[in-house]
Amino acid sequence: MENMINLTIDNRPVSVPKGTTVLDAAASVGIDIPALCHIDLKGTCVKNAPAACRVCVVEVEGRRNLAPSCATMVTEGMVVRTNSARVARARKTVAELILSDHPNDCLTCPKCNHCELQKLVTRFNIREMTYKGEQSNRKKEQTVAITRNMDKCILCRRCESVCNNVQTVGVLGAIRRGFDATIAPTFDKMFSESDCTYCGQCVAVCPTGALTERDYTDRLLDDICNPDKIVVAQPAPAVRVALGEEFGYEPGTIVTGKLAASLRALGFDYVFDTDFGADLTIMEEGAEILHRLKAFLGGDKSVKLPIMTSCCPAWVNFYEHNYPDLLDYPSSAKSPGQMFGAIAKSYWAQKMGIPREKLVVVSIMPCLAKKFECERDEFKVDGNPDVDYSISTRELARLIKRSNIDFRQLKDEDFDKPLGESSGAAAIFGATGGVMEAALRTVYEVYTGKTLPKIEFQEVRGLEGIKEATIDLAGFPLKVCVAHTLGNARYLMDKLRKGELDYHVVEVMACPGGCIDGAGQPYHHGDVEIIKARAAAIYREDEGKPIRKSHENPDIQKLYKEFLGEPMSERAHHLLHTHYFDKSTK
Amino acid sequence: MKITSADALEGIRRQAVNALSVREESNLQTADVSCGLEKGTPHMQILCCGGTGCKASESAKIVENFRSSLKEHGIADKVDVIVPGCFGFCEKGPIVKIVPDNTFYTSVHPEDVEEIVTSHIIGGVKVNRLLYKDPGSGEHISDSKHMNFYRKQMRIALRNCGFIDPENILEYIARDGYKALADSLARPSLDVLADIKASGLRGRGGAGFPTGLKWEIARKFDAPDKYVVCNADEGDPGAFMDRSIMEGDPNSVIEAMMICGYCINANHGLIYIRAEYPLAVHRLQVAIAQAREYGLLGKNILGTDFNFDIEIRYGAGAFVCGEETALIHSMEGKRGEPTLKPPFPAEAGYFGKPTNVNNVETLANVPVILTKGPQWFASIGTEKSKGTKVFALAGKINNVGLIEVPMGTTLREIIYDIGGGVKNGKKFKAVQTGGPSGGCLTEKHLDTPIDYENLAAAGSMMGSGGMIVMDEDDCMVSVAKFFLEFTVDESCGKCTPCRIGNRRMLEILTRITEGRGTMEDLDKLENLAKVIKDTALCGLGQTSPNPVLSTLANFRDEYEEHVRDHVCRAHKCKSLLTYSIDPVLCKGCSACARGCPAEAIVGEVRKPFVINPEKCIRCGMCISRCKFGAINVI
Repeated sequence: MENMINLTIDNRPVSVPKGTTVLDAAASVGIDIPALCHIDLKGTCVKNAPAACRVCVVEVEGRRNLAPSCATMVTEGMVVRTNSARVARARKTVAELILSDHPNDCLTCPKCNHCELQKLVTRFNIREMTYKGEQSNRKKEQTVAITRNMDKCILCRRCESVCNNVQTVGVLGAIRRGFDATIAPTFDKMFSESDCTYCGQCVAVCPTGALTERDYTDRLLDDICNPDKIVVAQPAPAVRVALGEEFGYEPGTIVTGKLAASLRALGFDYVFDTDFGADLTIMEEGAEILHRLKAFLGGDKSVKLPIMTSCCPAWVNFYEHNYPDLLDYPSSAKSPGQMFGAIAKSYWAQKMGIPREKLVVVSIMPCLAKKFECERDEFKVDGNPDVDYSISTRELARLIKRSNIDFRQLKDEDFDKPLGESSGAAAIFGATGGVMEAALRTVYEVYTGKTLPKIEFQEVRGLEGIKEATIDLAGFPLKVCVAHTLGNARYLMDKLRKGELDYHVVEVMACPGGCIDGAGQPYHHGDVEIIKARAAAIYREDEGKPIRKSHENPDIQKLYKEFLGEPMSERAHHLLHTHYFDKSTK
Repeated sequence: MKITSADALEGIRRQAVNALSVREESNLQTADVSCGLEKGTPHMQILCCGGTGCKASESAKIVENFRSSLKEHGIADKVDVIVPGCFGFCEKGPIVKIVPDNTFYTSVHPEDVEEIVTSHIIGGVKVNRLLYKDPGSGEHISDSKHMNFYRKQMRIALRNCGFIDPENILEYIARDGYKALADSLARPSLDVLADIKASGLRGRGGAGFPTGLKWEIARKFDAPDKYVVCNADEGDPGAFMDRSIMEGDPNSVIEAMMICGYCINANHGLIYIRAEYPLAVHRLQVAIAQAREYGLLGKNILGTDFNFDIEIRYGAGAFVCGEETALIHSMEGKRGEPTLKPPFPAEAGYFGKPTNVNNVETLANVPVILTKGPQWFASIGTEKSKGTKVFALAGKINNVGLIEVPMGTTLREIIYDIGGGVKNGKKFKAVQTGGPSGGCLTEKHLDTPIDYENLAAAGSMMGSGGMIVMDEDDCMVSVAKFFLEFTVDESCGKCTPCRIGNRRMLEILTRITEGRGTMEDLDKLENLAKVIKDTALCGLGQTSPNPVLSTLANFRDEYEEHVRDHVCRAHKCKSLLTYSIDPVLCKGCSACARGCPAEAIVGEVRKPFVINPEKCIRCGMCISRCKFGAINVI
């Protein structure tokens, strides 16, 4: 083939397409060159290859110095050695240098056993600290969602690249120079003083323990063990397709039954499901879509279109910081988790006769921004939050292990009723395009009064950054758009600001791939196949559900009948809708 | 007034050349000629160096004094005061040159002005005490070409420095300025490019990449917007040739950038200069404004369809921003740190557009290559290194300053003939070439003809042309440490080897100079140096171990002495010194004890005093207090 490049790596002939890196070329023939700063979630825009750490260096014949394989492109006739003595010595020395400016407190590090530096140290057979010297004394910070310990930072710049290139949030960047260089918000401010959206993608890609989630497991254990508290669990859709990875299951294994069983085993008094909240979200948001659409079709020029989804708390933070002039566009519907909390602490608590202050609602989320969302004042009643706090999938896994529960031995169990019943539409919330698809299933049927001929909307699925589709709503072409990553969201919002965004409904998720690659999920360590497997599992979960449309969830129907009345009723508005704030710093 | 054709330019040149002719002729005069208004000389010129070095020694005040004195004497209309750029002989600055008798006054002070005016300008009698005194013969030398400092020099890049008024474009035009541009625009650009290639000119900024080839590559990438960037981010400690060229001959840089633009089909020029060069910035601003005024920058230059304009971009003075990718990022408003090449700037440079980056000295050579022909240039120098190189002589050398010599000149000629040898008759020990990225060369390298290849083979590099001479009093471990301190300070922090590795090397060197080093440290040092050289991302990191490697190679015994014997033979490493009082020489006057800030010296008056080594901070105060030479330092 014309565009194929032939080269030799470790005496083996390799043929790869032009534009391939030496690292990928080697991987194609089973040569696994160690790398550290490099990450490439192929098919998404998450990529970092600054050639900064110099761990992946290789010898290239005819070249004076060693070449970083992650950023060196193959050339015809290239002769590469990945394991010569020169390379091995250089690579080990570089790793030893990184260690020489690292706290090396692995035993108590939150990243222990998941740390990419730790893996390299084992792999390079480093048995002593060869180079001792001054260590960096950098910032430490605990925000509501993210914990920073920059002493553990190895300046791989992955966080900087996702924060700037992928999310365009622009909070993280290198400041100062040389040995004093560090990654921080502008002027070395704290995260909490910056425009950070808490999307946590920096945490998702951090190879070491420099950026981790804030841990709430001790607080949860205390609450569970407190006889005066009724503790309620609500795990998000994306958790059940990823949690298994922490217990040795193949990525994409659905562990919904074991998830419910483990939560019960942990001591939660009621094991409900955020999926219930997702169905409720579709009822409210769907009604809002129809409301705006009807106004628009009725000639109302003031109606704000496109309506944008508002489930993703990082996305909410993003537009509050950056688009205060466009706060009327996003749906006023709360996120599924917050809707769940509001219903649990009103409808259900009243039903059960549990006083609000005794009830602790804990969400288990693939997300770190949820930790921030829980703390929002508008989601509290007299200071008591609708959702008390949120733990990540990783925190749950740690807690299960700590509580002597053999996850693999657990028998599948069901969620409790009534807040544990959900449809397949709710299940797919966890993947990019899922909220849109779920909404379309309901909007179509409510608007047209007909049953959907085909329930799946393939055109809004998949990892493409921005997806578009036109849906035939009984002759009305409904134009929808699905974006994931905040960078893609910014692209759309900038167009909206210029009046150039020609859609009726837009879904935005901050994380690449949606919640399945949320910052609270088990670490993917740069393997995009894991994310794809989770997405496939989400859609399998949907297919396996007897009910696949939110408006057909019997417990949702009952909730409206008994308590809320109609979607967008006064009570629904009070409990299930919110408003947004101008948080711009300019 | 716009110059709209090559002919118009030639017309201007002819007019301008008359004004300069008196200065041109003056250059030929020797000591026996002495002019003065009372001797019948109708018109005189006073050239007072306006380079940054001389300005720091009050040359601006000297200029002011000349102007007011001439006015007081009523002769301001007969005598011009001109402020050219650097003459190069900074050791003897401020320099004042008198035209037309070619008198070269050195170390002039503002208070000398009146005497020069009354005695020389008016009376025609030279002020002997201000003439350069040859250290060998002890005789006064009146003209620069008879000074050893200038005798072996060949000024191509510096051709106009110290001669023309850099703030007057007409003086540049008079010296064939913009002729190369006019000639080039009349030829196919490929022919011009071929001339640059044929000249053998190589980059003067460090790596010595062939300039013509660089232009040829940049030409190949087609885009509507392409950029010519002048790298004026001179950062080597002690190097100031680029600054001097911009201060003394800014138009040569502008002309060369335009020629480059013509050759590579670029219409935008950017000069990246550190803001800490205010004078150079000012001179460039003046030159750009004048070039625009004359239509030499802008649209339809010299009546052709070639358009070109130049903007200045300021750097904050980071050494790493001399690396072209870091420089471009800095210009884009990003963090000044390098990225991996390829892609080279020629393909994707300033905001992703094809960009050609050349250093100031490289560019300064371009116009003269084209006016005198590539063969002329190629005839100078060695086989692979053509033309001349400007060096900044510094350190323990008699004639500190800026010199330009043909490639192939030996270190010995530079240090002994031009530089006047080592200061205070001390023994030569080493010379660091190439700044912090270079290496230390020793006695055995003195007869090596200097060019890119030979310096690299000797374990150093050309770099931008810094040359720091060291004598027997210099400790080579400390020298390596000094340069490493610089690179540690200037590392951007992007890649591990440079960020952490250099820091660790510096820590080891510090340990060694403080007597805490081990023989194992030497092995670690060597391993780190080699790995950093092999793995660092950019030129800064890759070359940063050079001072360590070259001193280890040439002075390993000194390192070992520090480690094994705790001895610094140059007495530079304070921690390794032991102060003691010779009981025979000591008169017991107590001056040392009274002066000791650490109260480390005790004794009874009129009896020998003693130093308590535990308390001694090795400040040397006792040495300066003792009148009897009784303090020993080992």
